[in-house]
Amino acid sequence: MRVMTGIVLILIFWLAGNAVSGMTGNVVSGNVIGMMMLFLALKLRAVNAETVRPAAHFLTANMAVCFVPFGVGLMVSYGAIADNLAAIAVSAAVSTVLVLVCVGRVTQRLYKNR
Amino acid sequence: MDILLSDLFLLTLTVALYCGGQVLYRLTRTPLLHPVLLTFLAMIAFLKLTGIDYERYREATSILDFVLGMSVVALGYLMYEQSEHIRGNVTAILGAVVTGCVVGIGSVVGIAVAMGADRTILTSIAPKSVTVPIAVSVAEPLGGIAAVTSVVVFLVGIFGSIAGVWILDLCGVRLPQARGLALGSAAHGIGTARAVEMGAVEGALSGLAIALMGIATALAAPLFEKFVY
Repeated sequence: MRVMTGIVLILIFWLAGNAVSGMTGNVVSGNVIGMMMLFLALKLRAVNAETVRPAAHFLTANMAVCFVPFGVGLMVSYGAIADNLAAIAVSAAVSTVLVLVCVGRVTQRLYKNR
Repeated sequence: MDILLSDLFLLTLTVALYCGGQVLYRLTRTPLLHPVLLTFLAMIAFLKLTGIDYERYREATSILDFVLGMSVVALGYLMYEQSEHIRGNVTAILGAVVTGCVVGIGSVVGIAVAMGADRTILTSIAPKSVTVPIAVSVAEPLGGIAAVTSVVVFLVGIFGSIAGVWILDLCGVRLPQARGLALGSAAHGIGTARAVEMGAVEGALSGLAIALMGIATALAAPLFEKFVY
């Protein structure tokens, strides 16, 4: 039962996110907006964290299995990766290093209470 | 034999392969044997052998898309749980993540353009630093290919979790909060798994970084797509 109330809340926030997304031209997808709205609602104590926790923990802990169908899509779109292999590999690797260094250095520079 | 080609069988096999992959991962602890990556490959092999096409498989497993949609919303709860770590350092953390997001999208798009990648590929890899469900939610509506996004995001996560600590050491990033935030920002959930092994502070900040980087990227990627490339 506790899981179900959490599921209902999550679905309601997803719906609300979809509504906002639709009104703003679908630039940001509804589930991402729903995520932000859920966060705000929890912060503002409009939603009790206890009611969402069991469902949220279950969903986020097992999220990875839901990616599988995307990855299997590789069987039809491997050509797109193969044709751009060097560009993808180099840009992704260099960019990952840059993100690590930027976030690490900026945080270290600005962080208080060390 | 028909049962082996039914939708329910395809769904069951997907979940079972994933569970099997996790057991294998726990035994070997090798980042390259990531359970999801193994499941991709095993499932592709099965579909090729049985001659089932991707469209059919996608339909059979569409419930997973639905669950994934809910999981993204549920990330808002995780963000709430970890947001206490922000206290007193909102500017530092948001500043770092936003910088990382802009540098990340800018550099991956810039380098890929210079190396001749087409627009579809640029859109597919622009959100490469964020967790797969958000990355796909960002790339697909803008015209990216979900398969390319998810595979690249996975490999970025694996690369970040293997090389990340070494790179942070090399660049003199020693503050635990900064190390955790950097790993989560660059390598999402897979980087966070590594950060959790380093310590509680690293793990918490890394988890927070996944959600913050996801939001920053969801807002920034459409702007890049519209105005930059």
